[in-house]
Amino acid sequence: MTTGTKYLVETVNLTKKYGDLTAVDNLNLEVEKGTIFGLLGPNGAGKTTTILMILGLTEPTSGKALVADHDATRNPLVVKSMVGYLPDNVGFYQELTGRENLFYTAALNGLDKDEAEKRITEALERVNLLEAADRRVGEYSRGMRQRLGIADVLLKDPQLIILDEPTLGIDPEGVRELLDLIKSLARDDNKTVLISSHLLHQVQDICDKVGIFVDGKLIASGTIDELAEQIFKGQPLRLEIKADPDEEALIELCKGINTVQDVKRQGDLLVLSCERDIRQELVKCLAEKGYNLLHLHLKGFTLDDIYRRYFQKE
Amino acid sequence: MAKDMAVRDLIRSDLSALWDANKGLLAVIRKELADHLSGKRFVILALLVVVACLAALYVAGSTIRSSVGQDKLEFVFLRLFTTSGSSLPFSFISFVSFLGPLVGLTMGFDAINGERDRGTLSRILSQPIYRDALINGKFLAGVAVLSIMIFGLGFLVAGFGLLMIGVPPTVEEVFRILAYLALSVIYISFWLALAMLFSILFRETSTSALASIAAWLLFAIFVGLLAGMIANGIYPVTDSSNIQQALANTRLYQTLSRLSPTTLYDEATLTLLNPTVRTLGPVLAQQAWGAIKGPLSLGQSLLLIWPHLVGLVAATLICFAVAYIVFMRQEIRA
Repeated sequence: MTTGTKYLVETVNLTKKYGDLTAVDNLNLEVEKGTIFGLLGPNGAGKTTTILMILGLTEPTSGKALVADHDATRNPLVVKSMVGYLPDNVGFYQELTGRENLFYTAALNGLDKDEAEKRITEALERVNLLEAADRRVGEYSRGMRQRLGIADVLLKDPQLIILDEPTLGIDPEGVRELLDLIKSLARDDNKTVLISSHLLHQVQDICDKVGIFVDGKLIASGTIDELAEQIFKGQPLRLEIKADPDEEALIELCKGINTVQDVKRQGDLLVLSCERDIRQELVKCLAEKGYNLLHLHLKGFTLDDIYRRYFQKE
Repeated sequence: MAKDMAVRDLIRSDLSALWDANKGLLAVIRKELADHLSGKRFVILALLVVVACLAALYVAGSTIRSSVGQDKLEFVFLRLFTTSGSSLPFSFISFVSFLGPLVGLTMGFDAINGERDRGTLSRILSQPIYRDALINGKFLAGVAVLSIMIFGLGFLVAGFGLLMIGVPPTVEEVFRILAYLALSVIYISFWLALAMLFSILFRETSTSALASIAAWLLFAIFVGLLAGMIANGIYPVTDSSNIQQALANTRLYQTLSRLSPTTLYDEATLTLLNPTVRTLGPVLAQQAWGAIKGPLSLGQSLLLIWPHLVGLVAATLICFAVAYIVFMRQEIRA
């Protein structure tokens, strides 16, 4: 089946209302094949609802969600066979082993026994869970359950992988492993991945594109650099510095530098507002006057800042 | 030609789609069967029912043996199921009537909200199966387990009974027992469907368990009491009441208590296992006049309880249909 567009997921004016509450409001989302798309937003922004509509598990009030040009509401089986979904807070049958749980998924996908066995072993190996495969899921840690969830998704061999808050409640080491795994799925296996999360810094590194989702609306979408450019255009840049010796003369000096509009003291840091990136001039100037620069940070390019800025606007 | 091909392709794709959908259903049934049969819950319940029924059988057997020669020996084998003794005032059928609902309720009360609790519901439904495959599969697997249990139990009791009293059943008795066992499966399926409905309506498993128990007590005990109170309130019967009043009282009582599936089941059971039961309502002398004495044939007994049977099947289907519709419209997210 060839598709006309380069987008694997496309939503057209997707809207979901619960009574008076609009959970998702006229959403137009496009996810390209082979990319990792981060759906970012606070809890209750409508991320999970959007995902469920893409999967055809919830019927949209209006608009439609297309996966590889199949309408998720009309053709749920086709869509569900192409999409692997790791729900928020994924659960398994506690009294069955990890492998038995995966066998059930394989049976629901209509795989025959030999094929299922092969794929399950592969998937378990990929998530590094082969040794624990024959233990009951009740004994698994949260991180292990999450990895079993990924294996559960992988054994379907999906084109699109949807992960709902995959890093929630996992220790940092586990998060790193998980993110590496997700990255390799997109790079090496050419899967398309849609991640929803409110933990921005974790997702920031691996996403090709992000969409910021607030109150059911997609308020910005693009690469992180594009977003930064959009949001900080015309706004002064903020530079954090710390220098030794830290004295009033330093503030005066900074104020004297070209395009610096304002200098404020924040804790033991000085925050400079300036029109453009003056780091080079600043470093040179400070060195000439005999100051030792201890800290220099150009603010406004992390996802956290972009995100916070969007909320300030709201 | 090309059109033919297209039609054939269409049919083939329809068939394969049907097959794929049923594959999901079969997978669910297989999983649920395995869960039920290996679960501790089922083992405990099955043991409880088996012990209770064997105790009832023992009492019935000894009662029958001690009364050999006093009673007529018609339908002795059926009496194994219906006789209670002084040491244990319950017969096999009253145990099944009382504990059977508990089995059905226990199997179904957490069917859907349990999946929701464990976080498996959205994972399972995101697999390429239709949503109804899950609920259909669960119900069918439940009915299958019930059938195995009830028929197994029935044959166990029949076998032991044969050893105890040494009188083989007649062909008619065999058919009556089979009909009784099938009726019991339908009756317990009703409770299964009701429990599944509760598991869909209530998000908490503890709430649905409580609602199930409440429904059980209501239908098994309180409907009879309430029916009596209402009937006595509308048509009070005293010593001086005329026959019309007494008859109206009985009729109303019977109609109201038949709203409960338990009443329907008990009456149907009695008719099936006691061929001398000729009617379930009050009989006037003029109606009995000219009747030929003797037991009813199986066909006639079935005719007598046909409305009961239809009522039970309808109640089961209604419960399941409501559960089905609510589940299909329900939001998946927890």
